[in-house]
Amino acid sequence: MIAELGQFALILAFVVALFQSVAIFAGLRTGDAVVHGFARTGAIAQFVLVLAAFACLTALFAMSDFTALVVAENSHTDKPFLYKLTGVWGNHEGSMLLWVLILTAYTAALAWSAKPVEARLISLTFAVQSLITAAFTAFLLFTSNPFARLWPGPENGQDLNPLLQDPGLASHPPMLYAGYVGFSITFSFALAALIDGRVDARWARIVRPWALAAWTFLTIGIALGASWAYYELGWGGWWAWDPVENASLMPWLAGTAFIHSLRVMEKRDTLKAWSILLALLTFALSMAGTFLVRSGVLTSVHAFAVDPERGVFILAILIALIGGSLLIYGLRAGLLKPTGVFSAISRESTLLINNLVLVVACGLVFFGTFYPLFITTVSDETVTIGAPFYNNTFNPFIGALLVLVPISGLLAWKRGRLMPVLKDLAPAAIAALAGGLAAFWIADRGLLAGALGTALAIWIALGVLIDLAKRFKLFQIEFKASLARAARLPLGIWGMAVAHFGVAVVVFAITGVSAWKQETSAFLMPGQHLDIRQLTLTLDDVEQIEGPNYVAERGYLTARRDQQVVSNLTAERRLYPVRGMATTESAIHARLTGDIYVTIGQPNPDRGWPVFVYIYPFAIWLWIGSGILGLGGLLSISDRGRRALAVRKQPREAQARPEPAE
Amino acid sequence: MNRVFLFLPLAIFLVLGVYFGLGLREDPSAIPSQMIDRPLPVFDLPGIADGEPGLASTDLAGHVSLLNVFGSWCPPCEIEHPMLMQISRSGRVPIYGVDWRDRPGDGAVWLARHGNPYQRAGDDAQGRVAIDLGITGAPESFLVDREGRVRFHHVGIIDETVWRDVLLPRIEALEAE
Repeated sequence: MIAELGQFALILAFVVALFQSVAIFAGLRTGDAVVHGFARTGAIAQFVLVLAAFACLTALFAMSDFTALVVAENSHTDKPFLYKLTGVWGNHEGSMLLWVLILTAYTAALAWSAKPVEARLISLTFAVQSLITAAFTAFLLFTSNPFARLWPGPENGQDLNPLLQDPGLASHPPMLYAGYVGFSITFSFALAALIDGRVDARWARIVRPWALAAWTFLTIGIALGASWAYYELGWGGWWAWDPVENASLMPWLAGTAFIHSLRVMEKRDTLKAWSILLALLTFALSMAGTFLVRSGVLTSVHAFAVDPERGVFILAILIALIGGSLLIYGLRAGLLKPTGVFSAISRESTLLINNLVLVVACGLVFFGTFYPLFITTVSDETVTIGAPFYNNTFNPFIGALLVLVPISGLLAWKRGRLMPVLKDLAPAAIAALAGGLAAFWIADRGLLAGALGTALAIWIALGVLIDLAKRFKLFQIEFKASLARAARLPLGIWGMAVAHFGVAVVVFAITGVSAWKQETSAFLMPGQHLDIRQLTLTLDDVEQIEGPNYVAERGYLTARRDQQVVSNLTAERRLYPVRGMATTESAIHARLTGDIYVTIGQPNPDRGWPVFVYIYPFAIWLWIGSGILGLGGLLSISDRGRRALAVRKQPREAQARPEPAE
Repeated sequence: MNRVFLFLPLAIFLVLGVYFGLGLREDPSAIPSQMIDRPLPVFDLPGIADGEPGLASTDLAGHVSLLNVFGSWCPPCEIEHPMLMQISRSGRVPIYGVDWRDRPGDGAVWLARHGNPYQRAGDDAQGRVAIDLGITGAPESFLVDREGRVRFHHVGIIDETVWRDVLLPRIEALEAE
């Protein structure tokens, strides 16, 4: 009964979305004012209907109703209740439903908040947004129905993949989706602007909070995904350049370029066509990211054969949406004329470089992700593209870009002078050089990468602080007056400074984790020990324990330095009998200076337990730095801007407009 | 000129779209294997770790067996793995593994972590055996009869359905021969 109710709500949502989209496009031609009212109500109706469907699916999981196919395939009565709920999106159908739920939630949020936006622009935006919703609800209904029944229902389910039975899964996909899907709003706005043939600084101002919100969610989502990989997968990797990770990185790179170009557009009314293209590109990559990964085309060509119908459907949607939007771009982007001009040395030009580098970096990731697939498609060869490719191409590019960060912040808009800026930044340069040299000598291995990373992190961090100090006129005027200036500083500037500082922290953490990590492994019997750096790790004991839906071997280890106990660690190896899968629960002793990371493997009767030990310097700063990045995003969202939205009336630009205004 | 330039993103996208379409049409499991009804290529692979037994083509003679090509670098193999463990525990058919193009030691570490469903596993670091078997990607599996001939080639993941509906009936038929 509940399943049928959910099914019904989903079908209704599809009908409303489709009708709304068609009605708005048709209504705008005739200039009917009723259309604008309907756009808002329809948006909220879609959200309520999809929410109802999602609630039904959640109820099915909560009650362990195994006559529902997804529940039978992904749940089990013994599973902890929390994971029954997170299991809702731990499978293809449920996660697609979550995607659509977030999509309609954004549309509804837009309906609540976008009062001051011109009726025509907002209605067109709703029309595009509803079209997207209609396409993906159709995908759900016709190829991935979450409410399919299984008669007769089995006695018990097949359980959720144990790798996914982790708090990380509870928060990570919704966060990531909120990021991906958030860019649908900017996509719809961009397309609406193109159809309207008009875009200006005000458009940038309207779109900015949405872009920043999506970017912030995506940043946090990627960080959560990385930490999930780090804590749960049991090999201490936080980033492996695998297709799923790349799929989230690509929209992030494009989105980062987009929020920077939006800034230029809002301030200087230029880079218009480029910003619009970035808006389209970012959501295109978000969709490609979610769906190509979900459909399996990326991880393996094989997985596609499992359900080709699904793949064809998704590809058709992607081609229609992305191809259609790019076609409109080709036809209409010529109408978007910039008014601002800027010289070669100016903040605009540094931000343009930022954009170009990020887009090229995005292209590199795209190439690395899809090239192996391309090769398997056209020939019998297989190639793998791994970390070395990215280390040699992506990293230098991004590194060079990051050198620009402090310079860009200090350069003036329109026409800047480089020499004073470099003079201001001299202390940062000296500190970076000293830090780099120190890292080169102190670190166990005199690695160039470690020295460069350290220098870069110091350069950015100090550069940001110098930038702020200049804005406060710190030490130039009275301290109190400086504080007053700090308090008056727009939140957008604070957001930028905080986010860039977060970048510095992340760069430093990545340097620590990748350049200075150490690992070792050995078979140990209880009582035996192994050495890593100055640490001695002893396997004290191993015992069998029984969890709610798994059995485990738990290893107790002690880490000592110079006979002093540093930490007691317990690592587990769990076996989930229903799926016959084993997972490792790593033991992590986290300190600000680095993590001790221990996992145990399947024992060998003669040699004992394989114990893997890793030392990850500064790992914890990855998460702290990502948090700071996200905080920067939040601060910038809160910036209302100098031009309040409601009061300003935009003078109409003299441009060719094929359609009459409403 | 400038106007034409604006269609560049669309052009790039269309090229990509065509190529994804082609990739989609390609159904690897539909490619008939050249190996069917032919004897296994002769090989003698070293073990995947020091002191572990290796895998030779002669090991597969005398009984019906499942030969599985995997790699620690291959995400779908990880998805397939629990099913192999289940088959291995059921003892229905012995499974042999070819560790394809792994770096030295990686295969052993992977099996130590996820469990080892294989009676024996050989290290095919150079991918020679995989080429002889006509592998296009991992995972792929072969059913080998008592005479050591390849009788069935499955491309892709072995899951519950494949095992129940495709492999098991064929194994029963082969054993009845």
